[in-house]
Amino acid sequence: MGLDFTVVPAHIDIILLGCLWTIAIAVAAAVLSFFGGIVFAVIALYGPWIIRLPFRLLEWVFMGTPLLLQLFLIYFGLVQIGIDLPAFVAGIIGLGLHFAVYNSELIQTAILSVDKGQMEAARTVGLSRGQALRKVVIPQAVRDVIPPIGNNMIALLKDSALVSVIGVSELTLSAQRAIGATYRPFEFYLVAAAFYYVINLGMEWVQRRIERRISISR
Amino acid sequence: MTDQSHFVEIRHAQKSYGTLEVLKDISLNVERGQIVAIIGPSGSGKSTLLRAINDLDSLTGGEVWLDGVQVNKDLPHRQYEKHINAMRQDIGMVFQHFNLFPHLTARENVVMAPKMLKGLSKEAADKLAEEQLEKVGMLDRIDYYPSRLSGGQKQRVAIARALAMKPKLMLFDEATSALDPELVDEVNMVMKKLAEEHMTMIIVTHEMDFAASVCDRVLFMDQGVVVEEGPPEIVFRKPTKDRTREFLRKHLAGVA
Ligand SMILES: Nc1ncnc2c1ncn2[C@@H]1O[C@H](COP(=O)(O)OP(=O)(O)OP(=O)(O)O)[C@@H](O)[C@H]1O
Ligand SMILES: [Mg+2]
Repeated sequence: MGLDFTVVPAHIDIILLGCLWTIAIAVAAAVLSFFGGIVFAVIALYGPWIIRLPFRLLEWVFMGTPLLLQLFLIYFGLVQIGIDLPAFVAGIIGLGLHFAVYNSELIQTAILSVDKGQMEAARTVGLSRGQALRKVVIPQAVRDVIPPIGNNMIALLKDSALVSVIGVSELTLSAQRAIGATYRPFEFYLVAAAFYYVINLGMEWVQRRIERRISISR
Repeated sequence: MTDQSHFVEIRHAQKSYGTLEVLKDISLNVERGQIVAIIGPSGSGKSTLLRAINDLDSLTGGEVWLDGVQVNKDLPHRQYEKHINAMRQDIGMVFQHFNLFPHLTARENVVMAPKMLKGLSKEAADKLAEEQLEKVGMLDRIDYYPSRLSGGQKQRVAIARALAMKPKLMLFDEATSALDPELVDEVNMVMKKLAEEHMTMIIVTHEMDFAASVCDRVLFMDQGVVVEEGPPEIVFRKPTKDRTREFLRKHLAGVA
C-alpha cells in the first residue's frame, strides 16, 4: 500500500483547526515569553535579592528540567493545590515561561552591553533609573537580540507540539486523531509537517519585517 | 532659607576612589550667566568635578549648591532619588561622546524627557523640538536617526536635548574632543550662541582658544586641586604658577 493523499481532504477540517490552535498557542506563548523575558531580565539584574533568589530558583527549574515535565506540573500538579487551568492555558503558560527564561538570558546580556553613557545621558535629563531602563536601555537591548529571540520562537513553535500530551487539539494531536480514523500515519504526519513548515515561514517573515523596521534606525 | 549667595557653589568638594584622592578640597563659585572653563592635564579630576555637580559621580565630602538648593543633600534613599531627579532637570549636561539615544530620532531625543517629566502635549512637544533644533541649526534633520548624522550634528542635537529641559546651568565635558577638526566649529558656534544668551555654563575643554574667547573665568586643575584661577587674559597670558605655565607651554606648543 503506497502513499495515498486522497484521504486527506475528508479530514482537512480537523487539521486546519489544529493549525489554528497551534498558531494561537504559539503566538500567545511567544508574546508571554517576550515580555516575560524582559521582566525576568530586569528582576535578575536589578531586583532586590528577596525577589531575585526565588526567581533564580524558578529559572533553574525551567532551564534544567524537561518542558514535558513542566507542562505536567502546571496542568496536573496545580490542580492539587486548587488551580485548575484549562489545558490550552496551561500549555501557553508552560511554553511561555519556559522560553521567557531563555529570552531573559539573552536580554540580560544585551542590557549589560548597552553603553553606560546611555543610562547616564538619560539620568542627566532627569529620568529615574526605572524610566531610563524602560525608555532608553531596554529598547536598545531588545533591538540587539531580535535575531536570537527569533530563533527561540521557532524552537517554541516546534515544542508547542508537546502540549498535545495534556490534551490540547493542536496540529500534532489533530493529525493523530485523523490517523486514528484512517490508519494513514505517513500521509497525515507529512501533512502536519508541511503545515508546521508553513507556520514557520510565517514566523520568519514576521521576524524579518521587525528586523527591517529596526534597521532603519541604525 | 538660603545660606548661600552664589548661583552655583561648590564647597570643599572631596572625592576618593579607595585610597586615590581625585578631588582634594575644591571650592568654586559661579554666578548667574557666568561661563567658567576648566582646563588641566589628563587625570587631573576635571570630569569628576563636573560630574559631581549633577551627582553623576557622588562626592565623598563637601557640598554642591545650585540656586539656593543643595544638590547632594543628605536624604534617605527614596527621597534623595526624587530630589536628584528634579535637580538634574535644571542641570543640562553634554558629553564627549554625545550619548544620543540611537533608537530615537533627533526630535524624539529632544522631547523624550520633557514629555515624560513635564507631560507636554503632542503639539507642545513638536513645537519644543522645532524650537530647540532650530537653535542648534538642526531643524532640517529633525526626523533623522543619530546613525545618519555626523559627529558635529550629533553633538548639536545632544545640546538641544539638554536645552529642552530649560536648564539653569549647562555642563560641557569636552564636547568637541571626539570630533573631527573640521566639525569643531559648528559646535563651538552653538556654545557661543548660548554664551550670548547668558546661559550659565561650566566647560571642561582642551581648546584654549575657545576657552579664552568665551569664558569669564578659567580654572586650571592639576592632581585634584585648583592650581590657578582667574580671568582668561591673566591665566593664559600671565600665569603666576609654574605648573600652569608648564601646562600651557606644552599645550599651546601642541596646537601651534
Ligand atoms: N570610577 C573610577 N574608579 C577609580 N578611579 C577613577 C574612576 N573614575 C576616575 N578615576 C580616576 O580619577 C582621576 C581623575 O579622573 P577624571 O576623569 O576626572 O580626569 P580628567 O581630568 O577628566 O581627565 P581627562 O582629561 O583624561 O578626561 C583619574 O586618575 C582617574 O583614573
Ligand atoms: Mg575627563
